[in-house]
Amino acid sequence: MAHEATHDHHDHHHAPQGFFQRWVMSTNHKDIGTLYLIFSLTMFFIGGAFAMVIRAELFKPGMQLVQPYFFNEMTTMHALVMIFGAIMPSFVGLANWMIPLMVGAPDMALPRMNNLSFWIMPFAFILLLSTLFMPGGGPAGGWTMYPPLSLQGESIAYTIFAVHLMGISSIMGAINIIATILNMRAPGMDLLKMPVFVWSWLITAFLLIAVMPVLAGAVTMLLTDKYFHTNFFNAAGGGDPVLFQHIFWFFGHPEVYIMILPAFGIISEIIPTFARKPIFGYRAMVFAIASIAFLSFIVWAHHMFAVGLPMGAEIFFMYATMLIAVPTGVKVFNWVSTMWGGSMTFETPMLFSIAFVILFTIGGFSGLMLALAPADFQYHDTYFVVAHFHYVLVTGAAFSIMAAVYYWLPKWSGRMYSETWGKIHFWSSVISVNVLFFPQHFLGLAGMPRRIPDYNVAFANFNMISSIGGFWFGASQLIFLGVVIHGVFFSKKKAADRSWEGAKGLEWTVPSPAPHHTFDVPPVIHDDELAHGNTEH
Amino acid sequence: MTSGGIGRSVSAWVLGGMGALASGLAMANPEPNQLNMTKGVSEWSPYAMHMVALWVCVVIGVVVFGAMFIAMFRFRKSRGAVAEKWSHSTKLEVVWTVIPVIILIFLAHLATGGLVTFADTTGSEMTVKVTGYQWKWRYDYVDYKGKGVNQVGFMSKLEESSDRTRQLRSNLDPDKVQVDGYKTYLLDVDKPLVVPVGTKIRFVIIGGDVIHSWWVPALGWKMDAIPGIANTAWTKIKEPGVYRGQCAELCGQDHGFMPIVVKALPKAEFEQWLASQEDEAKAKAAPPAAAPATPNAPAPAPQG
Repeated sequence: MAHEATHDHHDHHHAPQGFFQRWVMSTNHKDIGTLYLIFSLTMFFIGGAFAMVIRAELFKPGMQLVQPYFFNEMTTMHALVMIFGAIMPSFVGLANWMIPLMVGAPDMALPRMNNLSFWIMPFAFILLLSTLFMPGGGPAGGWTMYPPLSLQGESIAYTIFAVHLMGISSIMGAINIIATILNMRAPGMDLLKMPVFVWSWLITAFLLIAVMPVLAGAVTMLLTDKYFHTNFFNAAGGGDPVLFQHIFWFFGHPEVYIMILPAFGIISEIIPTFARKPIFGYRAMVFAIASIAFLSFIVWAHHMFAVGLPMGAEIFFMYATMLIAVPTGVKVFNWVSTMWGGSMTFETPMLFSIAFVILFTIGGFSGLMLALAPADFQYHDTYFVVAHFHYVLVTGAAFSIMAAVYYWLPKWSGRMYSETWGKIHFWSSVISVNVLFFPQHFLGLAGMPRRIPDYNVAFANFNMISSIGGFWFGASQLIFLGVVIHGVFFSKKKAADRSWEGAKGLEWTVPSPAPHHTFDVPPVIHDDELAHGNTEH
Repeated sequence: MTSGGIGRSVSAWVLGGMGALASGLAMANPEPNQLNMTKGVSEWSPYAMHMVALWVCVVIGVVVFGAMFIAMFRFRKSRGAVAEKWSHSTKLEVVWTVIPVIILIFLAHLATGGLVTFADTTGSEMTVKVTGYQWKWRYDYVDYKGKGVNQVGFMSKLEESSDRTRQLRSNLDPDKVQVDGYKTYLLDVDKPLVVPVGTKIRFVIIGGDVIHSWWVPALGWKMDAIPGIANTAWTKIKEPGVYRGQCAELCGQDHGFMPIVVKALPKAEFEQWLASQEDEAKAKAAPPAAAPATPNAPAPAPQG
């Protein structure tokens, strides 16, 4: 039994002594996972601070706090930091921590590369954030960096170098995850017995490898246009500004699925645990993730319905985009069916997962509306879009990460977090996030464009409500920080190996906290002990 | 998809039941606390498509979330629920794959019709060239009723009082910026685009420096203004009025201060206005000493 095997051995493998040895030189998947999670939480607060500047300026009509150019820097940096600094690294951190535990591997396949792929990131973000203090300011052309506007910026070289570094880090992380999943599974852990979270990351990692080089290519072309007088995107020199958008969104659309597929995996682990019933339709869930990943490659131009595409292209991209609703719908229906007939309890991870299913689906609905090209002629580049992608990225991706942290924190730290404060954090977040983003649907429909620092007085009321929700949501995350710090360092309540009554899967067979080295001897797989139940019947 | 076409064919029942989301008033310009998209004032409008999609989503949402809430109340451990063992049902999965596909085919059919109508700029009686600059619009009248228009074109930018009010910490009250009782802060220009009603107008839209997007919600669409590319779109406005919009693509620091105003006049009044503009242009060009007026040539792009 895996449990005893790890107990026998873990005494012989202590964590390295000394802070530098342990945390900087680390090749251990658990320590690197922790580093990723701490880094992404830090970035979440930095990106959140930028959002607070945005909501403060938009609190009422008239310019009160910042210059318009600085406002644009804030919107751009908020997006870059949240996407590349908060959401993606936290998923990589979860992958680092959980994938080896879930497939019964002693570590990641390429531990030294794992260290490198983490340590690139802090430097990339120092470089990116330092542009805010440079003469000329940081990038202000939006995270999409559309030329020719982005080429007017002074800091484009720094931004692009930072993006290159992030891309290298992501690609190395993805290679490591694929190598681990394909080569390091314990005997008997067939591909179709893997937890859905592992499946979701396997597919996400392929998306990363496919599209990060595309982004690198696009931004390198920007760089040569700016400094070496090429004309890829310069109409006066025979280039085409729309070419950049095609290349960017060929990366950018799979990118948004990179930020949601691991969330699907997390939710598919948590709901069965607290419903005490295996996931409904395991194979359909895996197949749905794979089909969403495939479709994500052929829908990029739905971000560009208003650039004047030929009608045939608009129709193709509209149909392809609408198709995504089918596998996504299957996932939502399967989560509901998993709950149906279960025996549910509502601990904090479950609350966040349920909120995820409902609010992510609302984001999916506005996504379906946006897919309809004629209606998109109105929605495009308005606050309706802002509301849409914040529903899928905040109440989707970010909520799933919070659910995962509450779910696996006992395994990481060996202590239970405070359930009361976890629930306070949940209710405060879930109410405020709707106060924050729901009114933005109305603003967009009424005609407020996105990325504007000031607006007509007709938009005043909903902006004020949205800003209040924003400050409230921001403050709620301080509770999160408190709960995590308490749960890691100060909580008196020891976590059991199987921290949750209904929890199944290999990660719950090792002690809590998970010892520095696990699975020196490959565990034996019992089909009925898998998170999704015995898939044979 | 003309709003009339859809209204007749599919959505009478939907529009009938929409209740609070659409007050009977057609709101052409943004109003305080406005919840829904404007119905628009032109022949082509995505409003009906939007309402159909919205109600489809609401109905699916009620069914799915309803099932979730029932599950959450019925299958709680605290109520003594015991977990069942099943985890698969091919029949159910086929059902909830096929039903969404049918709904999507229905929506795709509507949307395709809308696109085909919008893409067709043939039969236009008038052409206006719109050029986006950092941070103003230029309008050039190309032809009207098959006849070339002689050198009518002008720049259109944020008007004075909005511009003064929007300066950082100006301490001026945005509520006080009004035209005819409508609060026009950031939605008014010094020189609006004047067009006739009941005329199919073709817009040729280009970018002078960076990418902008020309958007008047009451006309039902936006179209990007891209350097090196001429995009086309059309509108046929049904009611005279003043319709306001803004640039919708991030175009630099004054992106938020780049309004669009379209003034739709009855045909006769428009023709008068156009003639007076042509005369003005002729008068300007007449004195031989004056520099040749070339309002049709794009002004140099201000570097920002």
